[in-house]
Amino acid sequence: MIRVQREDFDVGAELERLTAGNRRIGGIASFIGLVRDMGGSERISALTLEHYPGMTERKLAEIETEAHRRWPLDAALIIHRYGKLEPGERIVLVATASAHREAALAACHFLIDWLKTEAPFWKSEETPTGERWVEARSEDDAARDRWTPPF
Amino acid sequence: MRLLYFAWLRARVGCAEEEVALPPHVHDVAGLLDWLRARSDRHAEALGNLALVRVAVNQDYVGPTHPVREGDEVALFPPVTGG
Repeated sequence: MIRVQREDFDVGAELERLTAGNRRIGGIASFIGLVRDMGGSERISALTLEHYPGMTERKLAEIETEAHRRWPLDAALIIHRYGKLEPGERIVLVATASAHREAALAACHFLIDWLKTEAPFWKSEETPTGERWVEARSEDDAARDRWTPPF
Repeated sequence: MRLLYFAWLRARVGCAEEEVALPPHVHDVAGLLDWLRARSDRHAEALGNLALVRVAVNQDYVGPTHPVREGDEVALFPPVTGG
């Protein structure tokens, strides 16, 4: 399941809903991305996330389908926020549930690595010296490239 | 053809989207980018460094040789930074 939304989410409630009624599930892995208060050496007062409505949902759904193809998952969830966020706020939740931990942990790691380089989101930071667009990091490409290309 | 711009590309071009009539000699993404760069100084500056431009046609990532046609939705944007 994927969701792209402006509003915050309740991690506990989301994880509970993910496994409700399925007693085969032995574990849930999750990743929660937060807004940091520093970017390089500059203090960040706010982060604005822009996205490409339509393509975002499509790419996230593709990535989720690929995770299900690679691992025996009982459930997967990606929630990604957009709009203006303050340091400490949640940006993204990735959660995967499976009978055993290996599949859940690996799929969760795969989803966040792929999402960072494939989903059409862009971040702009407010700093004391003005607003600036966050540049893509080569480390994120390298993290994605550890996984065999799916597409 | 509908063109969409995101992030700093939108800021540099000066609009989020525009409707253009594709000239008959433009057949692929590379040709479209060449034609756009010649449209205005703002386009030329925004699309000057193609290493920083990603292209999606009808919401799929594509390369320079991908065909473009009248009626396509073509999005131009910098490398993504979500997550």
